[in-house]
Amino acid sequence: MSAILNDETKKVLVTPLVNDNPITLQVLGICSALAVTSQMSTSLIMALALTLVTACSSAAISAIRNHIPSSIRIIVQMTIIASMVIVVDQILKAFAYDVSKQLSVFVGLIITNCIVMGRAEGYAMKNPPLESFMDGIGNGLGYSLILVIVAFFREILGSGKLLGIEVFKLVKDGGWYDPNGLMLLPPSAFFIIGLIIWGMRQWKPSQAEKVEYKIMSIAHGEGGHH
Amino acid sequence: MPKCKHMEKLNATLEQYEQYRKFIIYKDKVLALGNDSLEKTIAIAVSLCLVCAVLVSFAAVALKPLQVGNKADDMKKNILDVAGLLEEGANINKAFSDKIESKIVDLETGEYVENINADEYDQRKAAKDPAQSIAIPKDKDIAHIRIKAKYAKVFLVKENGAIKSIILPINGYGLWSTLYGFLSLEADGQTVQSINFYDQQETPGLGGEVVNPKWRALWKGKKVYAESDQPSLEKGLISEADIGEPALSLIKGTVDTTKAGSEYQVDGLAGATLTSTGVTNLVRYWTSNEGFAPYLKKVRTVKEVKS
Repeated sequence: MSAILNDETKKVLVTPLVNDNPITLQVLGICSALAVTSQMSTSLIMALALTLVTACSSAAISAIRNHIPSSIRIIVQMTIIASMVIVVDQILKAFAYDVSKQLSVFVGLIITNCIVMGRAEGYAMKNPPLESFMDGIGNGLGYSLILVIVAFFREILGSGKLLGIEVFKLVKDGGWYDPNGLMLLPPSAFFIIGLIIWGMRQWKPSQAEKVEYKIMSIAHGEGGHH
Repeated sequence: MPKCKHMEKLNATLEQYEQYRKFIIYKDKVLALGNDSLEKTIAIAVSLCLVCAVLVSFAAVALKPLQVGNKADDMKKNILDVAGLLEEGANINKAFSDKIESKIVDLETGEYVENINADEYDQRKAAKDPAQSIAIPKDKDIAHIRIKAKYAKVFLVKENGAIKSIILPINGYGLWSTLYGFLSLEADGQTVQSINFYDQQETPGLGGEVVNPKWRALWKGKKVYAESDQPSLEKGLISEADIGEPALSLIKGTVDTTKAGSEYQVDGLAGATLTSTGVTNLVRYWTSNEGFAPYLKKVRTVKEVKS
């Protein structure tokens, strides 16, 4: 066990969860995080699919990293990622038809998810396959974590359910909870992710970006044209 | 002679081996090249494409039967569902072939078309094929679908030879997507049994609530065509002459069942005005003369008034 989980693998597996989360710190993969998080079930499948694709494509890219001509580097990565995504999509259609119907186009859009590409370019091109695989799993899990948190709030506040099971009884069914329709629309994911990022950076101030430049106040500035 | 055959075989093997050796040498040579040489770039690109193509085609071909099966089962499940015959855990294929009869209908004349195999006919595919479809004139295209198939595939549930329910395929544009579904009518071609949508991309929780069983249950017993105020026959029995234009619609808010005309109204979907309008339009379109009105005129069982 310790042979597999050496320090490097542990590091790449754990840091993307909180300290280097692809969504909250790197702000990648936002697009699908908005689209699929109105329900827990779709989020979980999406998270699983993305984790698998990131891990497998990172491992594959890492395995041939020493032979990838730099001039066609990106397209080689894209070809591998796209193939993996199509395979995952086909598998979902064969074995989880109902879920694949709900996710529809978003599985295909994993190809354009910046996390996959970012890990390929940023980690797999320079590290051996096993570590790259673990790095893919780690980043996939970091993405999954945020996705599940967002989906939790959107589903419970938007439709009073969790994983399709009624938690809050809705007013229209004779209960007490009046669902917040906004939670079912993509913008609500923006708010929730924004709140999570804010919370994270309050908790770990090192994650906040440095101020790149300060706007000078008028009193001290030069002001006016020459 | 046998010796000669052996020689041939041996030669062939040797030749194969020679080619394999050449390939290995070439491979090593290419891999040893600088990463940015033109030859290596092309070789890597070609071999990567080959590997990926094999992987993708293998997945697509190997999983195809499962996927086609899933799709067909899903469709059967939807039809059984709208007919009210779906039982949890029952064998879908058996229930479908036992209880449901598929028929092809010429939308224009309303006649059955016997020379097309109903099991193999795919109406959605036919709608995309110019040879099998008709463009809908703009002023009549209230469902915003632009084209329809010439022939529609309807499903009948029969009991002792008499039609019990008529299941019609319907589609039309909502807010984001074209909704595809089935409308199930009783033998009078007038009273709604159920409706369901099996393919739609409306906003989950708002327009997407068209799949909600609670909302769908509101459709039961509603009437699709306006009936004359003075029925020629006793209550509940209507004559051909009393059946008017498509009248069913989704309204804003909840239907007041005590008011006249509530049998033509279904609760609209909260927060989804455009999807609700879309559903009204598509139901009206498919029950109009453009849709299944000519067919329903032929199959519905109403008592004719003798003049």
